[in-house]
Amino acid sequence: MDTSEDILQQSSPDLVRGPDTTRAAKAARLSPSFISWLQAGPMMLVFLAFFLIPLVFVVIVSFWDYNEYQLLPAFSGRGYTDTFEGCIAQLPDLCTIGRTYVKTLKLCVMVWAITLFIGFWVAYFLAFHVKSKTWQMGLSLLCTIPFWTSNVIRMIAWIPLLGRNGLVNSGLVKSGLINQPLEWLLFSEFSVVLALVHLFTFFMVVPIFNSMVRIDKSLIEAAYDAGATGFQTLVNVIIPLAKPGIVIGSIFVITIVMGDFITIGVMGGQQIASAGKIIETRVNALQFPAAAANAVILLIITFLIITMMSRIVDIKKEL
Amino acid sequence: MTETTKKTGVSRRTLLKSTAGLAGLAAGSGAITGFPYVMSAEPKVLRYLGTAVNEGDDISKQCLKDTGIKIEYITATTDDVTKRVMTQPNSFDVLDTEYFSLKKLVPSGNILALDSKKIKEFDNITPVFTKGETPGGKKIGNQGTAPWKVLYLEGKDSKTFSKTATEFVTLIPTVYNADTLGIRPDIIKRPISSWAELLNPEFKGKASILNIPSIGIMDAAMVVEATGKYKYADKGNMTKEEIDLTMKVMTEAKKAGQFRAFWKDFNESVNLMASGETVIQSMWSPAVTKVRSMGIACTFQPLKEGYRSWASGFCVSKGVSGAKLDWAYEFVNWFLSGYAGAYLNRQGYYSAVLSTAKANMEPYEWAYWMEGKPAEKDIKAPDGSLLEKAGAVRDGGSYEDRMGGVACWNAVMDENDYMVRKWNEFIAA
Repeated sequence: MDTSEDILQQSSPDLVRGPDTTRAAKAARLSPSFISWLQAGPMMLVFLAFFLIPLVFVVIVSFWDYNEYQLLPAFSGRGYTDTFEGCIAQLPDLCTIGRTYVKTLKLCVMVWAITLFIGFWVAYFLAFHVKSKTWQMGLSLLCTIPFWTSNVIRMIAWIPLLGRNGLVNSGLVKSGLINQPLEWLLFSEFSVVLALVHLFTFFMVVPIFNSMVRIDKSLIEAAYDAGATGFQTLVNVIIPLAKPGIVIGSIFVITIVMGDFITIGVMGGQQIASAGKIIETRVNALQFPAAAANAVILLIITFLIITMMSRIVDIKKEL
Repeated sequence: MTETTKKTGVSRRTLLKSTAGLAGLAAGSGAITGFPYVMSAEPKVLRYLGTAVNEGDDISKQCLKDTGIKIEYITATTDDVTKRVMTQPNSFDVLDTEYFSLKKLVPSGNILALDSKKIKEFDNITPVFTKGETPGGKKIGNQGTAPWKVLYLEGKDSKTFSKTATEFVTLIPTVYNADTLGIRPDIIKRPISSWAELLNPEFKGKASILNIPSIGIMDAAMVVEATGKYKYADKGNMTKEEIDLTMKVMTEAKKAGQFRAFWKDFNESVNLMASGETVIQSMWSPAVTKVRSMGIACTFQPLKEGYRSWASGFCVSKGVSGAKLDWAYEFVNWFLSGYAGAYLNRQGYYSAVLSTAKANMEPYEWAYWMEGKPAEKDIKAPDGSLLEKAGAVRDGGSYEDRMGGVACWNAVMDENDYMVRKWNEFIAA
């Protein structure tokens, strides 16, 4: 990947040429700030049209009222009050939304920790142990295999493996390790986490790998020369320098898992609550404002998590 | 998603077809021009929005052959069909949807009722729809959104359902069925005769229901009534207290680990049952047939409390007028003329006009599917694959017995909003 400086240099040499450019030259060319805007423009427009404007609509609709068959464009907090129904009355028990978010966050933390652990070591292996670029590419592509199949196929494929009469259970029973098939292998939190890890470790591997290959190898040599053990090098050199990749990977995984309802639904037998599922149920019942209100809540919570993470690492600076 | 969508799934092929249908839609209208059959300057094309139940390639091909009307399928799940009618009423011409969604669709004003006088076979439509009784005179349960409650409108553009027959018909009936529990008799090994068995702890971790709140809760209500805990005035239109009570029963069962998984998709239901993950669950007739055709014992078990039924039919988008409206009538008339009805009957569904379907079926097929008699010859699916060997008898027996045994109909409750919130609470419990 090019560094941002390289990109600037290619596209607008006078940005880095310095202050000695003549006035005439400046007049003939476009001003540097205009060029920056021009460069960022297309992406900004795409963002505006397909992200910001729809998001504004979601927020607006979340404050509308609704009936069985239409949106009523009058201010109403019903989407929100319904969502937090019973949250005070049921104390100390958690209300529906509270329980749902506790469950979602729990899944999120588990998936994040496991994908981080696996993703880090896969990236480490690819970056430091695989010498040839071709092999690095080839092996990274292998990580995309889980994306080759559709969700439905994947769900159906897990039954013969993890099901009551599946491969794992019959293997364990035959080997005498267990007497009864393990029920929790499928349609459980275990299977949800397994499927999410299986799917999303890739999103951890890529950014961490990207950070690691950019680590100057002479730093590692220097650490070695200075007498650092492998573990010390890892903790003091590699992990700090791979931090941006770790944070970016974490943001990918956390945002995806927070909003996921398909994998959680399919692997959890539709019996595990998730923030996304609440929205899905509402949308399917044509209760768009309530769904929008839940989407806004989800957005706020996810945004808070990401803000906290970027407090730990200033991604902009590190890049 | 809903029931109908998956019902289609008589085979995976059908599901694939539906996907292909969407892709075809995306590919655009370029493909529709220049058919040699069409003599008029304007090709007769109808955009057909619906779930996959009625949408067979065989049906559209035959229709093109007979009428010159080219059907473009837009396939979606029941929920998505409803969403599309609400938000993009100009994106389709003919709508094929379930009666229970009418409570949402009619007030939106996005659909047009059809004129019964222009439907040739209207008077031959089974009395199940018009009178709420079987041709043999058996009264059918009227709980929930029974079709005869929402069949007529008071006027052409009225948003009020008429209690008496008028010429303005909300949906011209096409297909319907009576649903019950599917069981694995080889694993259960004892007779099952009541809905109460669904929540029997004996089947802990081996039961399942549909992941559609409005239908799931009705199945639960059948259980509640079967156990004698409570008797509903109308299972399809519960009060808040009744919803609370029913959800409490469901929540207790869920917490005790009664349910293995809720299914959404035709193939999911088949796989759960075939793999032995579940041994008792809500099911659709063709899904049971499919499990059986894999060589696995599966029964569509008639229960003493009766069946939960569903029905769909045709109407048109409010944007349809002129020649297009004429083609729509022509298409609906063709659909009721027999070929499509026989096609549906052979999948285990029921057709709206029985006489025309009968004329298009072999006598032994009619005897097996509709009269509950043992099959004289091997019973084959519309695509020619073997469904049942000679000698088999349809679960639940004849049309009279099955439709006559209907206790309630798929519904949208007045308290739908409350019910949906309770469903989310149930999932989070």
